[in-house]
Amino acid sequence: MKTIKKIGAIALTAVMAVTALTGCGKKLSGTVATDGSTSMEKVIGALGEQFEKDNDGVTFTYNPTGSSSGIQAVSEGRCDIGLASRKLKDEEKANGLKETVLAYDGIAVIVNPENGVSDLKVEEIADIYTGKITNWKDVGGSDAEIVLIGREAGSGTRDGFEEITKTKDSCKYRQELTSTGDVITTVAGNPNAIGYASLASVKDNVKALKVGGVAPSESTVKDGSYVIQRPFELITKGDKALSEVAQKFFDYVTSDAAVELIANAGAVAAKG
Amino acid sequence: MKSKKHALETIVHGVFLILGLITVGCVLLITVYLIISGIPAIKEIGLFNFLFGKEWNSTAADPKFGILPFILTSVYGTAGAIVIGVPIGFFTAVFLAKVAPPTIKTIVSNAVGVLAGIPSVVYGLVGMIVLVPFIRKAFNIPDGSSLFAAIIVLAVMILPSIINVSITALEAVPKEYEDASLALGATPTETYFRVSVKAAKSGIAAAVVLGVGRAIGEAMAVIMVSGNASNMPSLFQSVRFLTTAVASEMSYSSGLQRQALFSIALVLFLFIMLINAALNFFLKRDKE
Repeated sequence: MKTIKKIGAIALTAVMAVTALTGCGKKLSGTVATDGSTSMEKVIGALGEQFEKDNDGVTFTYNPTGSSSGIQAVSEGRCDIGLASRKLKDEEKANGLKETVLAYDGIAVIVNPENGVSDLKVEEIADIYTGKITNWKDVGGSDAEIVLIGREAGSGTRDGFEEITKTKDSCKYRQELTSTGDVITTVAGNPNAIGYASLASVKDNVKALKVGGVAPSESTVKDGSYVIQRPFELITKGDKALSEVAQKFFDYVTSDAAVELIANAGAVAAKG
Repeated sequence: MKSKKHALETIVHGVFLILGLITVGCVLLITVYLIISGIPAIKEIGLFNFLFGKEWNSTAADPKFGILPFILTSVYGTAGAIVIGVPIGFFTAVFLAKVAPPTIKTIVSNAVGVLAGIPSVVYGLVGMIVLVPFIRKAFNIPDGSSLFAAIIVLAVMILPSIINVSITALEAVPKEYEDASLALGATPTETYFRVSVKAAKSGIAAAVVLGVGRAIGEAMAVIMVSGNASNMPSLFQSVRFLTTAVASEMSYSSGLQRQALFSIALVLFLFIMLINAALNFFLKRDKE
């Protein structure tokens, strides 16, 4: 899917380049290049598509490489705007990068639909992931060992989850998978598994747990009552102005006009 | 006329030389690149801590970069695949080369060919959806993603290399050897195992080494069935191989973590080089 989008973007770039060459007026033209978090694909894809539609002659590209790669890309000037699904680290800020929160993403804690448990406190989730609770019966489920599914080191989702649950570096994962889809598939296939995934990606084949009595949803993420959530950020160079077209894109996605598109893509806009 | 022909010859030779150099250049480029990018992290972590550290936690506040679990997992996983795969592959090869009637030989050979052509991601997918849940239920363990699952998948994946190379070796045994054995009163089975296999043993050894190479270098299928937690290897535990250690963390890595991944790749590269050297040794002995 990502590849298709990428190929689409490349093809579009080629077509746009040709049309640009054949001559055009004084309209806004050029390319907005973004690079970074794979979790932000839906949100930034929807925004980019609409931006291209609104501005004839403008090309939008998105390179799904991961938060750290995106941050690196923007600091090396390989793209206009970096996309990160985590806050900047201090060493990255020291490089003169600036972060702007675009939206919030809820991280859903998911279990198999057969699982009797449907509500956990953050502390319980932390205890489960750090290995203090190892059996479902201790949190009101059936007598079965809990199978911990997580993401690989460096993943934005893992980073976000561990930071919020304060389980950094102490999670006793049984499996470390490399994509959100793998996590969902694995949890859907094992009745004793627990995992975490971006709220926007959760489908009916797994059950999203309530956390402290609050079900994950757009409104609970936005009002902050659902606590397992993380920011989607736009990363720019603090000392260097964006190109005219990139600045226009930046203004557009952080404006009220983008709020609905972000919501449709499953995240909650920081603005509005 | 003659000089014109000569000039053409020279040009063709030059083209071949350039094409040959491209291949050699690629190997050199990869080797040099791996060494250059693999050394800094080893220097920073320390060779002993890197190779014999038992803990890998690359993104922790106090990061640990010990790859002993990965090395042992790769060694055990490959050994397990060899233990299961070699007997099956070896007897299949003897059967196909010596015993099988032509029709059966054609059918089985084609099946082996198909097995060789299946992309590794398909092995992984089938392993993930069929084998892993099966292991979970059959052995009554909480999760089926384990070293055992990886060994089974690898054993199947190395079969084609072992069978094909062994068959070639067995078929190259001069017919006179077998005729002589049969004429002396040995049964066909005795002849196959005491004469043909013995004469082809270098080739069969090369087949096994090739299987080892295939197993140790496999990443895609293994990453989908082994669970990828950096535990010390244990048959029914989630484990991480050298290959999957690189593959699973590469996409989001940065700084020393990324450099350490290159160092792991360097270690893997040395393993493969060792295996290649062993392969050359067996093939050379075969020729002599």
